[in-house]
Amino acid sequence: MVFTAILFFIAAIGAITGAIGVVMLRNPFYSVLALAFHLVSLAALFLLLRAEFVAAAQVIVYAGAVMVLYVFVVAYIGGGEQQASGGVLRVLGPLFALALAIELCIAMLGAGLSGVNSKGAPYIPGFGTPAHIGSLFLTTYLYPFEIASILLLAAAVGAVVLARRRRGLEPDEEIDKRIETPRPAWTGTMAEAAGIRVPIQEGWPGTEDGQRVGTTGDTSGEEGGW
Amino acid sequence: MNIGWYLVVSALVFCIGAGGVLIRRNPLVVLLCLELMLNGANLALVAFARMWGNQSGQIFALIVMVVAACEVTVGLGLVVAIYRRRLPIDVDELNELQG
Amino acid sequence: MTATTFGWLVLACPLVGTIVLAAGYRIWPGRAAGWIATFAIALSFVFSVLAFIKLLGYSPDHRQLTSALWDYDFSAGVDAKLQILVDPLSVFMILVVSGVSTLIHLYSVSYMTLDRGYVRYFSYLNYFVFSMLLLVLAGNFILLIVGWASVGTASYLLISFWYRRTTATSAGIKAFVINVVGDVGLVIATFIIFQHVGSVQFLPVFHSVHADFARNGAPIVIACLLLLVGAFAKSAQVPLHTWLPDAMEGPTPVSALIHAATMVTAGVYLIARMHALFEWAPTAADVGAIGGCVTLLIAATIALVMTDIKRVIAYSTMSQIGYMIMGVSLGAYSAGLFHLMTHAFFKALLFMAAGSIIGAMAGNQSLDRMGGFRRVLPFTFACFIIGGLALSGLPPFSGWLSKDDIIAFVNHRGGAFVILGIAAYIGALMTGIYTFRMIFRAFLGDPVPEAVELEHGHLHHAEVPTNPKTGEEEDTDVGFPGPGHFIAEREWPMKIAMSTLAVLAVIGGVLQIPGIDDAVTKFLDPTFADSKYAHTEVAAGPAWVGLVIGALIAIAGISIAYRIWVARPGTSLRLQERFSSLYVFLSNKWYFDEIIDTLIVRPVLWTGRLIDTTGERGVIGGITDAATGAVRATSAAVRRTQTGFLRYYAALMIVCLGGVALYFLISST
Repeated sequence: MVFTAILFFIAAIGAITGAIGVVMLRNPFYSVLALAFHLVSLAALFLLLRAEFVAAAQVIVYAGAVMVLYVFVVAYIGGGEQQASGGVLRVLGPLFALALAIELCIAMLGAGLSGVNSKGAPYIPGFGTPAHIGSLFLTTYLYPFEIASILLLAAAVGAVVLARRRRGLEPDEEIDKRIETPRPAWTGTMAEAAGIRVPIQEGWPGTEDGQRVGTTGDTSGEEGGW
Repeated sequence: MNIGWYLVVSALVFCIGAGGVLIRRNPLVVLLCLELMLNGANLALVAFARMWGNQSGQIFALIVMVVAACEVTVGLGLVVAIYRRRLPIDVDELNELQG
Repeated sequence: MTATTFGWLVLACPLVGTIVLAAGYRIWPGRAAGWIATFAIALSFVFSVLAFIKLLGYSPDHRQLTSALWDYDFSAGVDAKLQILVDPLSVFMILVVSGVSTLIHLYSVSYMTLDRGYVRYFSYLNYFVFSMLLLVLAGNFILLIVGWASVGTASYLLISFWYRRTTATSAGIKAFVINVVGDVGLVIATFIIFQHVGSVQFLPVFHSVHADFARNGAPIVIACLLLLVGAFAKSAQVPLHTWLPDAMEGPTPVSALIHAATMVTAGVYLIARMHALFEWAPTAADVGAIGGCVTLLIAATIALVMTDIKRVIAYSTMSQIGYMIMGVSLGAYSAGLFHLMTHAFFKALLFMAAGSIIGAMAGNQSLDRMGGFRRVLPFTFACFIIGGLALSGLPPFSGWLSKDDIIAFVNHRGGAFVILGIAAYIGALMTGIYTFRMIFRAFLGDPVPEAVELEHGHLHHAEVPTNPKTGEEEDTDVGFPGPGHFIAEREWPMKIAMSTLAVLAVIGGVLQIPGIDDAVTKFLDPTFADSKYAHTEVAAGPAWVGLVIGALIAIAGISIAYRIWVARPGTSLRLQERFSSLYVFLSNKWYFDEIIDTLIVRPVLWTGRLIDTTGERGVIGGITDAATGAVRATSAAVRRTQTGFLRYYAALMIVCLGGVALYFLISST
């Protein structure tokens, strides 16, 4: 009992420290490391809650794969000095978060749920084991399982498409061409609202702020188009 | 420990993540904070699964992990694409989706 | 074929002519359009004669025939039909109209040659004849109004025929606007009559006037006064007369046809046709008579000082129509219509002759620049003399018999109307003076350079064509007069038309010589049988007395004119200097244009501008602008939530999440 309590506190404090580290550390690389630490603590918490498989998946998938991905990207992009965060949200942000936290705690603890004060339901052997989880995935929760795999496929394809490189590094002129699509004027595209597409005449809505950015002449979007 | 403690931890983690989303300007770190929020939710799910003795919560948590992985994939792809365009990696500067 | 069938054919010919000419307006070569149009009207005249003969074949009681092609909708119980009324009055009118129109078409064939708008001219002219025939053949008020408005339209189209001249287009608009005023009067009168009688067809209305209206009561008097408004506008009587002199901007044959012989007589026809109504509202009839008398005097005084030859003849027309209106208002129907017929002859003749001398002057119309054309334009001179003598009322010309017929009847009515009779004689004196003033100035005296040129056989052509009124330079392309100038001596169509009219002007009077025959009265009797003046003939004795007085007055007028303008050449200048203020007053045409401008035109324009600025732009513009402004402001405000900043969106989401949780928290306690 005491052992579990001590373990709980270590893991909980680790998780929260990791979380605070993610938010507060300036260098994004350090944030990634903090998150990794947080994930491992969370895995410990899962183990305490007898979710063995979930804990293992957490370590392997989350801390293993997702964090590695993050590390690669941070290495590619670089540290990026963090500018001072702007404006009023610097103060209000933590306030909102704190308010939400208090509210959630009140909700969960004061809601009158009977199980909150207990240590949980009686333990059934095999609760949380891969065998049970696996059989559930293949019987009751088959649909979510399959859809999750399709989701993974979509994400993989999307990631490849987003990040692929064509013909070497694109020069700057390519930017407008890719945003440019042949659409009739004033069909309500966000490009027009954002001022990238030229309005037709003075006095039409959207011209007030001086957004007279012209379209580049070639609107075909042919070259290496999507 | 009571399940209540786990829930409190989950709430704290979630809210720290929310605060981080609001404060940080580097999109990578924003995504990291988003992960925090997801993890907080995961913890709550698993805690309730333990409370009820029902493994659906753990299944749910696993699916959440899948979704989080996909989201991270696509989000990082976006960040890489933005970096390639030589646009600033700062959510305050990337504000052209406006009306 | 019945008389009414001929009536429909009379209408069909000019209509077909218009359509045929208009449809092929690019393809008619040379003068073909003119001959087609003339043929169409000639055919119409033939059918009129046939209708006339057929009508005489019926017994006098059965000479009022109607024929309807189809019913318009019986909505609200209005019995409107496409209906013509063939009776002596309408047959008389269609004979005059189609006959004179044929001759004028013939004249125009050569007069309008080389004008770029040749085909358009004849199409419009045929359309005019169709509308006029429709007006006089109409069998109900609706078709009358249709014909009335159509002749106004045709008049506008023909006055502004040379549409690139601003003077012509302004004149056309002026004529049309004043005509519309008359149309309004006519339409409202129709409403009142329909309201009381319940029918719009002529014969039922005329038969039930006595039953449905109180004699000289307000409704019938108002209706007749409104009819008079229509008649005065169309016949250019004071105060709705200001359009007629300006209408001389149109080509001379148009002036001859529309503004002398036919359209301006529509008012006379209207009063004659509605005689049953007017006799039942003596107040209105007296107003009409006084209006006609006033007009004849005013117009005669103005004609004394006009220098544009066409305007002299225009004011003369106004004056003579004053005689006719006075006549038919007081009950001299056959006399008034007889004068209408003879006036059509000699006035059209005068206009045609004026066209000839204007051609010799290469488009210039000013009497100040004319003189001495007697030797080089003998035929034109003869026509002018014949027309002038008929107009002045010298025996044995037709004008003498017809004009004095009216005056005799007016005096016969007695009482206060004798004043009108005396005024009419004064007018006749002035008629003689101004007519022969015009003739003497244009033809006698020293030949002007154009006349000298013509003596050498060369017709004068202006170097640069100019607007005769303002002197602006023009060209001879479409929209302006063509380069051709024609005189009667050289063009046989003009000669034939003018000779025919000259003969008619001389001998036309034989139709109604008092005491010997009264063919016109007898023929028109079935129409006017229900009039209370139907059988109050002027006795032959007083009639001849009147005729002799008329003849003497005519001779006096001509000799006064001779004395002032021929025998003692400086007299007119001395008179002008001595009565200079009167001269200025008459030259400005009694300032009617200025009065109407101040009283009516300017207030209307001011009101229009006021409504435009405050009403249209202020109120309505303000409301719509407020509506759109509100929408735009709202959308601008809403748009500001879309800042594009990720963190604000996230903050919003978290706050709302907190709010939702709070809601559930509170609601669950």
